[in-house]
Amino acid sequence: MSEARGPGHRGATPLAPGLAAPAALSELFLAFTVLALQGFGGVLPVAQRELVEKRRWMTRDQFVEMLAVSQVLPGPNVVNLALMFGDRCFGWRGAVAAFGGMMALPTLIVLGLTLLYAEYSRIPVVAGALRGMGAVAAGLVLSTAVKLASTLRTNRMGAPLGAAFALATFVAIAWLHVPLAWIVLGLGTLAMAIAWQRLGAP
Amino acid sequence: MSHATLTGAELLGMFGHFLVLSLFSVGGAISAAPDMHRTLVLDHHWMDDTTFTTSIALAQAAPGPNVLFVAVLGWNAAGPMGALATMTGILLPSTVLTLYVTRWGSARRETRGVRAFTSGLTPVTIGLLFATGWVLALPYVREPGHGGGAFGLIVVTLLVMLRTRLSPMWLVGLGALIGALGWA
Repeated sequence: MSEARGPGHRGATPLAPGLAAPAALSELFLAFTVLALQGFGGVLPVAQRELVEKRRWMTRDQFVEMLAVSQVLPGPNVVNLALMFGDRCFGWRGAVAAFGGMMALPTLIVLGLTLLYAEYSRIPVVAGALRGMGAVAAGLVLSTAVKLASTLRTNRMGAPLGAAFALATFVAIAWLHVPLAWIVLGLGTLAMAIAWQRLGAP
Repeated sequence: MSHATLTGAELLGMFGHFLVLSLFSVGGAISAAPDMHRTLVLDHHWMDDTTFTTSIALAQAAPGPNVLFVAVLGWNAAGPMGALATMTGILLPSTVLTLYVTRWGSARRETRGVRAFTSGLTPVTIGLLFATGWVLALPYVREPGHGGGAFGLIVVTLLVMLRTRLSPMWLVGLGALIGALGWA
C-alpha cells in the first residue's frame, strides 16, 4: 500500500521514523479484519506478525509496550490493543475502525457456527470434535497461566508472596465460587498496597 | 441447544452483570469465565454445564478474539438479544476505560502508582487464569468414557504451547480430530 500522498490525504503519521502507517480508516479496518480472521485459538501472535513484521506499522518494542498497558487494563487484551493503535493513528475514529474490523466479521462467523452447531450437535462426530476442541481450549488457557506464572519471579512483591496471592485467588474462584469483583477489590487491593509499600523501600 | 426465554428484567440483569464483570476482567475476558459460569449456570440456571463449556469451545474453534465466547454465551442463554446484552456489557466499560487511560497511562508507566498497580494485580491475574483453565477442563475430564482422552489432550496442549512455537491453530485441529474419532 504505497500510493502517493497527495495534498489533503488523510493518512496517519507513522509511529516512528522508518515505519509505515495506514493510509485511511478503511485500510485500518481491513487490516484488523484480516488479522482477526487468522486468529484461531488466539489473535495476539497473529497481531504481532501482521502489525510488526508484515505491515511494519509499529516496532517490536512499541508492540510490547502497548501490550503491557492493554494487559493491565480490564477487558480483552487484543481488543484493547486494537483500540489503542487505532486511536494513535486516527484518534477516536481510528479506534472505532480498528475495533470494528477486529469484531464485525468474526462475530458473524461465530454466531453462524453457533446456529449450525445447534442444528448438528446430535451427530456424534460433531459433538466429539467440539469436545476435543474444548479440551484444547482449556489447555491453552492453562498454558497462558503457566507462562505468566514465570513472571512472578521478578515481581516486586517477591515470588513467595506473589505465588500466595495467585493461589488464594485460584482457591477462592475455582472452589469457593467467590464473585470476581470481591476478589479484585479485596485480594487485588491488598496486593497493590503491599506492592506500593515495597516499591517505596530503598 | 435451545436457549431459555428470559424476561426483559432478566436480560437487563444479565447486561448489568456483564457491565460489572468488564471492569474486573483483568487478564482478559476469559479470566471472568468462572464468574460467568457461577452466574449463568449455578445461580440462574440459564444454561447447563455442557452448554457453557460448548459455547467456549465453539468460540475457540472460530477465528477472532477470545472475547467472542461472551457473544456465544449470551446467544445460548437468550438468543440474539442475549448476545447483544452480554457483548455490549463486557465491552463497553473496558473500551471506554482503555481509551481514557491510554493517553494518561503511557506517560506515567514508570511511576510508583502504576507499577504498584501492575505488580499487585499480576498474581491475581495468574490465579484467575488457572481458575479459568480449571473450570473449563473439569467437565471434559469428568465426562464418562472420554475423560482420559480429554486429559491427554490438555497435557499435550500444555507441553506443545510451553515447549514449541507451533501455532495454537494446529492444536485446535488436533482436538477436533481426536474428538471426532471419539477418543476425547
